[in-house]
Amino acid sequence: MSQYVLDRLAQELGPELIGTHAQHGDETALVTPQALRRSALLLRDDPALAMDMLVDITAVDHPQEAQRFEVVYHFHSLHHGHRVRLKVRPDSAEEPILDSLTDLWKGADWLERETFDMFGIRFAGHPDLRRLLLYPEFQGHPLRKDYPIDGEQPRIPERAGYPECDYDAEEDSERRAKGLQRALSPRVGPGVAATNGSRATHDEDGYPVPRQSFFLDMGPSHPAMHGTIRISVELEGEKIIGCDADIGFLHRGFEKMCENRTFNQAIVYTDRLNYVSPLINNVGWAMTIEKLLGVEVPERCQALRVLASEISRVADHLTCVAASTMEVGAFTAFLYLIEGREELYKLIERLCGGRVTTTYTRIGGVAADLPDGFAEAMQAAFAKTREMMSDVVKLLNGNRIFQDRMVGVGAISAADAISYGITGPFLRSTGVSYDVRKAAPYCGYEQYEFEVPVGSNGDNWDRYLVRMEEMRQAMRIAEQVMATLPGGPIRVADRSIVPPPKSEVYTTIEGAMNHFKLTMAGHGVSPPPGEAYGYVEGGNGELGFYVVTDGSDIAYRAHCRPPCLAPMSALPSILTGETVADVIATFGTVNMIGGELDR
Amino acid sequence: MTLSLFVIALVKVLVTVIAVLTLAALLTWAERKQSAVMQDRIGANRAKIFGVRIIGLWHIIADAVKMMTKEDFVPPYSNRFLHTLAPFLAFFLSLVAFAAIPMGDSIQIAGHTVDMRLAPINIGFLFIFAMTSISVYAVVLGAWSSRNRYATLGGMRAAGQMISYELAMGLSVLGLVMLYGTLDLLQMARAQGGLLWGFLPAWGIFYQPLGFILLLTAIIAETKRAPFDIPEAESEIIGYYLEYSGMKFGMFFMAEFVTTIVAAGLLTTLYFGGFQVPYLLADGFHLPFGLFLGVPSALIPWLQFAAFWFKVVFFCWLLLTIRWTLPRFRYDQLMNLGWKILLPLALVNLLATGAGILLLS
Repeated sequence: MSQYVLDRLAQELGPELIGTHAQHGDETALVTPQALRRSALLLRDDPALAMDMLVDITAVDHPQEAQRFEVVYHFHSLHHGHRVRLKVRPDSAEEPILDSLTDLWKGADWLERETFDMFGIRFAGHPDLRRLLLYPEFQGHPLRKDYPIDGEQPRIPERAGYPECDYDAEEDSERRAKGLQRALSPRVGPGVAATNGSRATHDEDGYPVPRQSFFLDMGPSHPAMHGTIRISVELEGEKIIGCDADIGFLHRGFEKMCENRTFNQAIVYTDRLNYVSPLINNVGWAMTIEKLLGVEVPERCQALRVLASEISRVADHLTCVAASTMEVGAFTAFLYLIEGREELYKLIERLCGGRVTTTYTRIGGVAADLPDGFAEAMQAAFAKTREMMSDVVKLLNGNRIFQDRMVGVGAISAADAISYGITGPFLRSTGVSYDVRKAAPYCGYEQYEFEVPVGSNGDNWDRYLVRMEEMRQAMRIAEQVMATLPGGPIRVADRSIVPPPKSEVYTTIEGAMNHFKLTMAGHGVSPPPGEAYGYVEGGNGELGFYVVTDGSDIAYRAHCRPPCLAPMSALPSILTGETVADVIATFGTVNMIGGELDR
Repeated sequence: MTLSLFVIALVKVLVTVIAVLTLAALLTWAERKQSAVMQDRIGANRAKIFGVRIIGLWHIIADAVKMMTKEDFVPPYSNRFLHTLAPFLAFFLSLVAFAAIPMGDSIQIAGHTVDMRLAPINIGFLFIFAMTSISVYAVVLGAWSSRNRYATLGGMRAAGQMISYELAMGLSVLGLVMLYGTLDLLQMARAQGGLLWGFLPAWGIFYQPLGFILLLTAIIAETKRAPFDIPEAESEIIGYYLEYSGMKFGMFFMAEFVTTIVAAGLLTTLYFGGFQVPYLLADGFHLPFGLFLGVPSALIPWLQFAAFWFKVVFFCWLLLTIRWTLPRFRYDQLMNLGWKILLPLALVNLLATGAGILLLS
């Protein structure tokens, strides 16, 4: 189906298209840097292609090659449902630079900043190319292959002002002389809309005019900024006239770690991505590696993965809804929902032995089958969750104060949401019915009956309602899985992927050797050289893993597309024009999870 | 002034202050325990003395010891004098407001007529409003002298909120003032002693139901408690007392509870018959349908005293329950409610009361 995309690109670009492939079903095109914007425009505007969503931007470093960096774009068309991967190699290895796509997709803003941060690739035309995850004083670019995994950074002196990365000292001092706070002001450009009523906010150069206002840093240490984040706001009274989000406080180098551990070892790191629904991350990672290996897991394993994912989804949404009710002062509703979540965590603990650090999947299977009495325990836990949810519905849905705080607050249009690359409940609240489980069913989701709830206004209220309904649907799916659970093995039979059972390991020499080989460094699960993008519906939306392999048992490049990065990048523009109290309410419904956002 | 009058005044002061402060301390415990019950938790129960826990009551003492032994932190570059003054002011003003509330009818002791309130002033109702108005200064001073932007925001919110809601508060009570023709809280409480239509106690709430709801709303806003706790919205701006620690914070904290008690006392006195026990007259209970139960006259002041505190505790409980049920308003929504709903309603109430008095008299 999406072979058509490649044909179209070849037809339009001619010699600018260097090569194409469709490895593992992912259509990929390599174009010259000069053709990047042309092909991006073509992908976006050609009605037959209509790639309205820029899913992800990342890069791969090949230090031995002349064109060292390879920048990888993933596009998705919500209209046609097809995808394409576009790869570009900047000409220079020392000064890699590409055209920015920020004016085509709003989501490109933060994604390009992240690529600049991690690889040092510059994007010409980007309005505000600062580091995203790391701090401005960081030396080097950590995801380059020549940056050591144990690289240390010097201690930094106390900061004065707001240091910037992509700056020209002369230009900067000129700006400061004008009394402009670039880092904190609403920027003119595709990324952030400046809304300040009818007053002239910007001078002829496009920079904000000084005004009587004051700055307030909410976070990184703030009661509502759970997950550690800083939202800087510029206030006129209670009204926000400028906003910027500073992330990366929880950056632990997830991708670098995954590029230095075997595929099975990396599962442990995926627990820490979205730590509220770690099982979904486990499933996503395992599925991506299985895609690279070209194996299909047994039916029972698929069903167990669906079961685990859906229980996690309920826990995830419960946490999000609970947190956002707490932010607006409804502490009792918060505790009711957390009590429901507690039952689900106990359920997860029965399944994998851990509440948060689940590490449930393995490449080619899952760690363990269901424990005895799981069906009854699940029934009881769901009953409790439903009871708590109905209590909360009674407390909040008809509550005028709660409605006033949520309805019409933090609204975003469907077009903007798509342009930012927002997925999941956040996108669905704007009325776009995109759910990976329906759009590209995996693990047998097509067998189960469930609805995808959508909102219409894209405000906090719709996000609350969508999440509440998704929990009911998730429980419905889990119950269907339980009712139709197929028998059979829970792992693939391929001994080059899954070690033999312990009884064989301890009694036969072949078994012992097989086990030893698989766990020994350099002999683990080794997918053939290639690349794949695997994605699942996470708690916050499309959770993607882009993995490049070189035939060894360690990923050459492992990249995670965190679902909450896109809504976070949209947050500053959503918040501008609202009041201080709305920061908290809106931030709650974004469901920022530091683990996956900062990686 | 004779010695006996002096002794009586001293006893009154001691009894009132101890009663209010004890109740405030109990409220800190009740708040934790009640929210726990409402939220399916256990609540504070760790503190124990010789292995005895008495459902967490020791936490009152534990909290007090904790606050007194904590570092008294004054932010650098702030005005130390004002920073210290603010909590004292807040605590004093909230406590002194209680002086005008009658806890019982006047009694005769050693030939003197003793008012069961500290300040026998005939404009008690205005006095309380004056004290709560001044307490805005405590909040704003504390917020401003902290040199913290969150605190400043909280202080500005508090100033706006308290000044706006005072209007609605005053206007909602004016109906009662017209009805009773006095500003003296004791006179008002006495006027609520009879029966309405032969079976209802003649409490203010039955004459002024709208006024009661308006005052209840405004008074919660005045005490800065949820859903009107935006000056100290802990998930947004942490609160105007952000830069306070130790006992100075404790004083702000206690001031809030004392204000709650004053609010409860005011609601009781104005709308729930004050110290009046339903159907209790000077010689005993006159129940409807001609039933009569005699009570020794020496017991009646005690019954009235108990009835007053019972009602106060009830209102404290009500305020706590409201606090743990409702989410928080936003600043502009709060202002809309105060100016566009409460104030016009209070005026309508006032007009209706005036018309009623004119027609019935």
